[in-house]
Amino acid sequence: MIESRGNLISAATLAAFGIYVILVAVKLPYVSEVGPGPGFFPLWIGIGLVIFALCLMLSSISPSRRAVPEKPPFWRPAARALSGWFSMIIAIALFGVIGFALSFVMLTTFLIVVLDRRPVWLALGVGIGLAVIFHLIFVVALDVSLPAAPWGF
Amino acid sequence: MDALQGLLMGFSVALTPVNLFWCLVGVILGTVVGVLPGLGPAATIAMLLPLTLKMDHTTAIIALAGIFYGARYGGSTTSILLNIPGESSSVVTCLDGYQMARQGRAGPALGISAIASFIAGTVGVLGLMLVAPPLARFALRFAPPEYFSLMVLGLAMVVFLAGESMVKALLAMLVGLWIATIGADLFTAESRFTFGQAKLLGGVDFIAASVGIFAIAEVLVNLESQGGAEIFKLARGLRNLLPTLRDLKDCRFAFLNGSVIGFVVGALPGAGATVASFLSYGLEKAFSRHPEKFGTGVIEGVAAPEGANNADAGGALVPLLTLGIPGGNTTAILLGGLILWGYKPGPLLIHDHPDLFWGLVASMYIGNVLLLVLNLPLVPLFAQILRLPYYVLYPLIFGISIVGVYSVNNSLFDVWIMGLFGLLGYVMRKLDFPAAALVLGMVLGDGLERALRQSLMMSQGDIMILLTRPISGTLLFFAAVILCLPAARRVRSWRMEAIEREG
Repeated sequence: MIESRGNLISAATLAAFGIYVILVAVKLPYVSEVGPGPGFFPLWIGIGLVIFALCLMLSSISPSRRAVPEKPPFWRPAARALSGWFSMIIAIALFGVIGFALSFVMLTTFLIVVLDRRPVWLALGVGIGLAVIFHLIFVVALDVSLPAAPWGF
Repeated sequence: MDALQGLLMGFSVALTPVNLFWCLVGVILGTVVGVLPGLGPAATIAMLLPLTLKMDHTTAIIALAGIFYGARYGGSTTSILLNIPGESSSVVTCLDGYQMARQGRAGPALGISAIASFIAGTVGVLGLMLVAPPLARFALRFAPPEYFSLMVLGLAMVVFLAGESMVKALLAMLVGLWIATIGADLFTAESRFTFGQAKLLGGVDFIAASVGIFAIAEVLVNLESQGGAEIFKLARGLRNLLPTLRDLKDCRFAFLNGSVIGFVVGALPGAGATVASFLSYGLEKAFSRHPEKFGTGVIEGVAAPEGANNADAGGALVPLLTLGIPGGNTTAILLGGLILWGYKPGPLLIHDHPDLFWGLVASMYIGNVLLLVLNLPLVPLFAQILRLPYYVLYPLIFGISIVGVYSVNNSLFDVWIMGLFGLLGYVMRKLDFPAAALVLGMVLGDGLERALRQSLMMSQGDIMILLTRPISGTLLFFAAVILCLPAARRVRSWRMEAIEREG
């Protein structure tokens, strides 16, 4: 049931998204002076999304689909994955403020210490080591200008 | 001057010590920028173009072309080892290459990628040498309706990217097509789906999105279990790190398929290596004896797209050198270089400057050999990356992804896009939506819309223009056949079940 419930939710979300695409597309000109307008292509994409989302919805509530063996719930392990994602998002947010090097060390420390329960010294070693390698390859060798903190790195 | 005479003259130019040296520098630089996501060959050539003004022009084009095709060799490395596409044309390589790495076959995957690149690269140069003028004339027959049909044929490959559910694959592809519409409209510059963000007017950066969908999503999936899922094994011993004779035999059709598709699609201006790699992957799966294994780590699934994206480099030089038409960003910069040096790329280039044309062709033969010699010994070295403990590997993937995506446009916004697509890729994985179908839609969406609207402008709204033109109609017919394949397979399996029940 979990899989079919997941399908049902994703189908409903995609159908709603398709309707949104259609609503935006109809506000754009369907035909312009020179031919099809900017609303032409997105409108058909939106219609396609709604049609196929309905197909998915129907197939996920059909009796044959209900008989499919259920997958275990994924939200418990997903919490760990999502905390990893949030830590990356926070690191990206800090990227422009405290520079790449420090935000990357913080991200690495979180991944290793909090998610993987390993010692802080190991996390700091890995984080600083990788940050130095990235600096040497991208900034020194390839002349990429990564955002730096006021203190220069 | 016939081709053989021209080639002999070309070798006399390319084999001078100075040209050999710059060919080597070009292919090494190309490999490096190919390995690292972000900084692509177009940016590298653009940066180095001013330095070539004082060089001999033949030497300069040999070095710059070396960067162009060298990057195609390097692009597969991070796709196979870390699921990070180094180049947009290496996205397809992630599908089976990374799965091979997970099964402890990173070495053979890297090795077959280098061998396929060598074979297809050489076929591409042969094509450039032998069929450049007629192929260029054929490419000129491609007007918007033909391009539209080619893109539809590319989209039909979604059939081969679908997992359990065709409907989910089509939905993912439609979302990809929608993402491609984000930004300023191609014809009227009206903004679409930009959510008030001026930075979205240029559209969603493809590299940022694909790195998010493949690399970040992969790390997130592996973060689910404490201590990381046990994903990476690595065979010991040099023999196990290179493809076996059996692998080479399994890939013989993939080499041919990748070489031909890559070269022909490369010769079509605007089609691009990414389209070629998707097409060759789809074709390989369609004719495979075990299509169900594609996506789980099949070596042909690496050889075909890698061959295609390398043969494309030779193909892309056909319209550039014979018609003066660049097919993509990198060839556009090469065209700029040729004009800057005082040449007029076009039908008379080969006749007026045989040393430049044949010197370049001969240097590409040499460059392909150099790349194979450089890359094969590096396979065991690159494969050692997988020996890193996961608590080093995951931050490494995050770091390379962030820096790589940032370095494309020096844009923090692109890094945010990568983060969002990472979450989208993760959710798609959990709900069994094929991420490759979304990427296919993103790659082809822009060209598909442009070609369709131009076609309808040409015909003043008559859709029949797409069916009545011979090349366009033929391509659409093949697309329809491919799209009908799953239904035909299903009918066949129903019949087999019915026969078994009756028996």
